[in-house]
Order: sequence, then C-alpha cells, then structure tokens
Amino acid sequence: MRFKDVFSIIGPAMIGPSSSHTAGAIRLGRVARCLFGSRPEHADITFYGSFADTYQGHGTDLAIVGGLLDYDTDDPRIPTSLDGAEEEGMDVTFRTSRTPAPHPNTARMNLKGGGRELTVTGASIGGGNIEISSINSFDVKFTGMYPTLVLSHEDRPGMIADITAILRIWNMNIGYMDLDRKSRNGEAMTVIEVDSPISGKLAEQIRSIGGMQEVGVVDLREGES
Amino acid sequence: MRFRTLQQLAALCEAEGKTIADLMLEEQAKESGRSPEKEWSTMASYYGIMKEAVRKGLTEDTTSRSGLTGLDAQRVNTYLGSHEASVGEEACRAMAYALAVSEVNASMGRIIATPTAGSCGIIPGVFVSAQERFGWDDDHLVKGLFCAGAIGYVVANNSFVSGAEGGCQAEVGSAIAMAAGAMTELRGGTPSQAVHAVGLALKNTLGLICDPVGGLVEVPCIVRNGFGAVNALAAADMALAGVRSAIPSDEVVTVMYEVGSAMPEKHRETAKGGLAQTPTGKKIMSELNLRRKKP
Ligand code: SF4
Repeated sequence: MRFKDVFSIIGPAMIGPSSSHTAGAIRLGRVARCLFGSRPEHADITFYGSFADTYQGHGTDLAIVGGLLDYDTDDPRIPTSLDGAEEEGMDVTFRTSRTPAPHPNTARMNLKGGGRELTVTGASIGGGNIEISSINSFDVKFTGMYPTLVLSHEDRPGMIADITAILRIWNMNIGYMDLDRKSRNGEAMTVIEVDSPISGKLAEQIRSIGGMQEVGVVDLREGES
Repeated sequence: MRFRTLQQLAALCEAEGKTIADLMLEEQAKESGRSPEKEWSTMASYYGIMKEAVRKGLTEDTTSRSGLTGLDAQRVNTYLGSHEASVGEEACRAMAYALAVSEVNASMGRIIATPTAGSCGIIPGVFVSAQERFGWDDDHLVKGLFCAGAIGYVVANNSFVSGAEGGCQAEVGSAIAMAAGAMTELRGGTPSQAVHAVGLALKNTLGLICDPVGGLVEVPCIVRNGFGAVNALAAADMALAGVRSAIPSDEVVTVMYEVGSAMPEKHRETAKGGLAQTPTGKKIMSELNLRRKKP
C-alpha cells in the first residue's frame, strides 16, 4: 500500500499551491534535515522530471529549503524560506537535471557541514506523500510517516540481531525493515519502521552497538499538527 | 486497514453495522497506534482550517503571485446575492466556496490537501455549504472527512492521486468521488449507496488531463474545483435516489488507472500539452518566465 492511512489522503495541512511540489518538497527537505541531524552549511539541490520543469512556479525551491530549515508543511515562513536560509547561514544552490528519474517529481539533496556530507534522493508521489529512494548511494524505501530508524553500520554477522534485541527490550514492533549493502563485509544501511515513537535513549543504545556508524531518526508525523 | 477495495469497505460496514466514517476512524487508530480521540482531534482541526480557508477566499484578496487568478469566488458569491443561479442557489454556493479555497491555495494560503492541493476546494466547498444548509454540527462534517478519506485511500492505492502520475482525473476526479460518497453518507445513505456515488462520479471525469498553464496550480485547476463541487452534489443525489453504478466502482477505479497509465507525459502536469500549450497558454508562460528572470 503506497498510501497508508487516512491522513495521507485528507491532509496535510499546508501552505499552497501544490501538494506534490510544495508539501511533498518540504517533507523531502525535512527528512534530509532529520538524517543530517543539524542545519547544514551547504545544500546543493538537483531537481528532476516535472520538478525540473516547474519548480519555480510552484515554489518547490522555497519548500525544499523550508524543509531543510525544519519548517512544517503549514509553516507561514515557507514563502520567505530563502531569507531564512540566509539568516541561519545555510547556502543553497539549485540545479536541474534531464537524466530520467524513476518518478516524475524527484529531488536529490547533497548536504555538507561540520565535516560531514549526506546525499538523499526522494520523490513526491502525490498528495504531499513522499518516498525516499536513496541515501549516500544505498537503495532505501521509506516515507517518513512512521517513526523510522536509518542505520549505517558495518556489515557483520549478528548486527541485525543486536539491533532487534534492543528494539525488543523497548517493546517496539517493527512494521518494515530493509537492508542494503555495498559489498560483502563492507558497509550496510538498514532502515526500520516501527509503530511507536523512537526516544533519544533508544537511539543512544543503538548507537552504542559495536560497528554502528550513524543512527538517523525520522518521524515527520510527530512534528506535524 | 482491513479493506483494499470499495466493495470490501461497504461489505465490512454492512456486516458490522457501521458507517464508513466510524469504520475508518477505528481502522485509522489501529494503523497509527494513536487513540481514536487523537485522530479525531487532528481531523477536527483540519475541518477548522477548511472553514477558515472558505472565509478567507470569500473576503480577502486572493490574487495569486502570478497575477493569473483570484477573486472569482467573490464574483460568484456576489452574483449569487443578486441573481437566481442557473444551477440553483445551493449548488452555486458550494461552487463559490470551492473556488474560494482553491484561490486561497493558489495565493499561498493555508489549506488541507484533499487528496492534493490542486483539488483542495471540492470537499470544503461541498461540506461547508452543506453544513450551513442543513444546520449540521462540526462533528458531523468531521465524520464526513473520515468517510471521504476511506474512499480516497482505496482510490489512491488502486490507482493514483497525483496529476503527474495519472492526470487531473486522479486529483479532481478523486476529490469529486470522495465528496460524493461522503455527502451520500452524511445525508443518511447506506455504505453501498456511498460506494455507488463514487463510481458514478468517477465515470464522469475519466480521461481528464492535467494541463496547468505555466505549470501553476491555477488555470484550469481553480475552475475545475468549482465544477467539481457541483458534480459531487449531483452524484450524491443520484446515489441517494437509488441510481447504481452499473460498472462496479472498483472497476471504475481500475479504469482510471488504465487511462492514467496510458496518458502521454505532456498531459501529466508537465505543462507540455493541453491548455498549457494553447497560443494563450504559451504566451502566459513566456511572460511568467520573463518576469522570473528579472531579479
Ligand atoms: S490540472 Fe493538474 S495541477 Fe491542476 S488540479 Fe488538475 S491535476 Fe492538479
């Protein structure tokens, strides 16, 4: 099921004019911001497909930057997010690409800051709903509408068991889980959607697993009214 | 969710003696893990935003950033005050309210996507005007939103709800179907009648292309919302009168998918065809581009 609940149909509450080009773009930006963990210093954004054709008319640029600043879909500051970015010291560049993307409304965000770099690609699939398809060249698939753990770790035996053991202690039910790896015994990325909110403490415990590199937590619904 | 099709939805409701709205609220709480009260209050706040958008669109300046659209809701509303509307007063009011919300959207105001921003006027247009007409309390309309959401959930998962994927039939068409089904239930129709309203409504928008001038959610989007509200009322009336969709509604949804999948890219939100590429559409687009290039 691409659309999982009633609020993916009725909602979000948003600033117009386009759910795909505005609300979806904000959510794409917010997911990248959550994964980066703080405000990036540089954001390089590439638009594909219909985003590339009409991003200015719909304010997709303003929306995605608003998302990177952690604005919600109905934040009245969206129309002036570029000023917001300047005030907060985030510099932004936009490009368009003609490379065919799997979905007509796709954006790729490359974020840098504090010596770190992150690349997130995702699509706006309609009604403000999104699908993240790649993080740092790992293939992933999640919507951000459930509490989601995005874990980068060593690809070693027992890693998944260690992760699920902690989730079990916290009595967390897993709704979806997916692992992608670059090569055998190399790096891997695991995405886990759970049914209840992920606390800071839980994220800390997962971070302390041997071989865990990064722990990202995404939960768009919690921030939204 | 325990249903994937409209037929399953109606059958579950009938077996358990529930309205579509009640069933959806229960299923939603189960899906999200939040309490029904919490989900209800989110939906109630959405209805509040819809009413506020109607008010704004009827009273404030809704000229869009492009300058292409705005104030049509107020034109229709004023006309309604001084003329006998050809579609009748109530349908004309639903139309004015739908235009109002769509114009608020186009002018970067706050709306609820139903299911998208492009089609955000239809449900509030139908609901807010019906509330005034029948004297319903807010709770009744919040139920209506759960009902509309259940219908949209099935349509979206078996077809699509974005113009970029399936044309305007997927946005405006889905919204009309959702409003028609919900209105049928709000007026006392059975779940099965509500489902027939969905099929009746959807059939009328099959093939509708997405061709926004300049790529903006303005022309023809806003007027399509006005027409959409009137069509939703008509479909609800047919269903309440006992008219059935001879082709079952789930099959109509499948047809929408088939038609949308076959739609050329130029008719799916890219502004490369349809009204966007008429001589006037092109002229508007090039003027907008010129304006954008200036600092
Ligand atoms: S024409 Fe396209 S953008 Fe406009 S309402 Fe229809 S689907 Fe949405």
